[in-house]
Amino acid sequence: MTTAAVPTVDSTEKSVRHGRSHRPATGVGRPGFAWAAPAAVFFGLFALVPLLLVVVLSFTRWNGLGSPEFAGLDNWSRLLDDPVMVKSLWLSLVFTVLGAVVQTPISILLGVWAAGRQRNRAVLSAVYFVPLLLSITAVSVLWRAVLDPNFGVPSQAKWLFGDGNLFGTQVGAIGVLVLVGTWQFTPLHTLIYQGAARAVPGVLYEAARIDGAGRVRQFFHITLPQLRNSIVTSMILMVVGGLTTFDTVLILTQGGPGTDTTNSAYYMYQKAFKSFDFGGASAIALLLVLVATLVSLVMVRLTGYDRMRSTMEGV
Amino acid sequence: MKPRPNYLAGFGSLIWLFVVGLPLYVMLIATFQSRTDYAANGPLAFPERFTLDNYVNDLDDGFAQYFLNTAIVTVCVVGIVLLLVPPLAYAIVRSDGKATGRVFRLFLLGLAIPSQAVIVPMFYLINEAGLYDNLLGVILPTAAFAMPVCALILSGVMRDITPELYEAMTVDGATPWRIFLQLVLPLSKSGLSTIVVFSSLQAWNGFLFPLVLTQSSENKVITMGLYDFQTEHGVDIPGLLAAVVLSMLPILLVYLFARRALVQGLMGVGGK
Repeated sequence: MTTAAVPTVDSTEKSVRHGRSHRPATGVGRPGFAWAAPAAVFFGLFALVPLLLVVVLSFTRWNGLGSPEFAGLDNWSRLLDDPVMVKSLWLSLVFTVLGAVVQTPISILLGVWAAGRQRNRAVLSAVYFVPLLLSITAVSVLWRAVLDPNFGVPSQAKWLFGDGNLFGTQVGAIGVLVLVGTWQFTPLHTLIYQGAARAVPGVLYEAARIDGAGRVRQFFHITLPQLRNSIVTSMILMVVGGLTTFDTVLILTQGGPGTDTTNSAYYMYQKAFKSFDFGGASAIALLLVLVATLVSLVMVRLTGYDRMRSTMEGV
Repeated sequence: MKPRPNYLAGFGSLIWLFVVGLPLYVMLIATFQSRTDYAANGPLAFPERFTLDNYVNDLDDGFAQYFLNTAIVTVCVVGIVLLLVPPLAYAIVRSDGKATGRVFRLFLLGLAIPSQAVIVPMFYLINEAGLYDNLLGVILPTAAFAMPVCALILSGVMRDITPELYEAMTVDGATPWRIFLQLVLPLSKSGLSTIVVFSSLQAWNGFLFPLVLTQSSENKVITMGLYDFQTEHGVDIPGLLAAVVLSMLPILLVYLFARRALVQGLMGVGGK
């Protein structure tokens, strides 16, 4: 993103310079708040107002028709007593942790590899990027077809999949969801690591080579520490993404078998748009936002991410 | 001193190529054969008889309408983003008031709001506004949720414009409007194309807002069409996969032409 159009600006500057000798007062020539206002109002109306409203709705009883009635802490106390809710929180945690554990090593390795500058890497990285472009719907439908027990790949590779239906067991269904998430989102994290790996100063590697450090040592002693900021960025994205996994659950498993893949995001959707318990759903939504924010804040604090100057640039 | 090639890494990257490529291969070859051939040959076999019937059937089955609806949503979302975000980014970068700084922090906060968190109140608001089952009801929240990333990308690009250029124009008495039109917009072309690609991708692939905010088949977007197709004709795998291919064709075309803009935008968000 370099800007090299300086000459054109020079020429306009000359043509503008006609008998204006007074200096403008400070603030003149700078955009005021009015420039930001339309976007702020629009965004406030469709993102921030709903976020405040979800807090209000979580204390109401509402079935989607008529108007919400105040219900105090009723939704919250029901949530705490609801075994499915407790299980769904646990499942959200499992998805998040498994997703991070599987995706992080793959995307670090791919990202560092792709940071090299040979031509074949550029071509391959372009191919690797494709899953990220597709809608989660398309990806889920595609994988459901590929893994269909009767017509998909498992029917051809019984040595790997056995006779069973992957979607019929909890372990199989969770495995599919983690696999599909990995397939789709590894490119995003790879890209984050690729950008960061390119920014590692080459002198560090030269010095290490002179000291006789091999490739593996260089990776663990130079590359990984230098990627620290990116690991935090990527992890926060994974945590928020993992906790809110919804589309894939809806399309691939419908929360099943039973409630074995009903995570909190899917349970919220069911409560609202299947059981028409919008108050209870709002409480779950709020809980998810709080947990995601809390985890992100804790990660930022623990790693000292907020004290690193480079990450604050441009923010 | 040139390092020797890293065979292990090369091998690993080939494995990943297989992981990425296999489903795409299964998808493509399935769509070119009839249901019976697909069932008989299995998902991995190369088809003997090629046919385009799956695509034709899907288009007859309502996908042409879903395409049109998705295109309308996408164009409107991009329009709103292009109208609102450049002035916002300009104000973020150049305004000296405290209020704009606060607005920017609100947008950064918005980056972290998952759309599920607001879907119930959104359903309430859109209903109250009388926009339920109306494409406009999908367009407005989709545009709002595309804005934080776009604001971040575009303000980053505008920050790269050197202050001397602004000052030169200011000294000459140029108004903010003039600076915006003659300096800021022309020098932010790369950022503008990035936010166009980015917001159109989000609009084209949107799922949750259409799922919850529309109902009738004349207002269905393509992701909803796919979802319904799967629940209704889940056994017609070639037909289903042809619909998946149809849904992603425009995106792959955009990707071919705008890869740079997209990758840079994503790197700018995560990589700094």
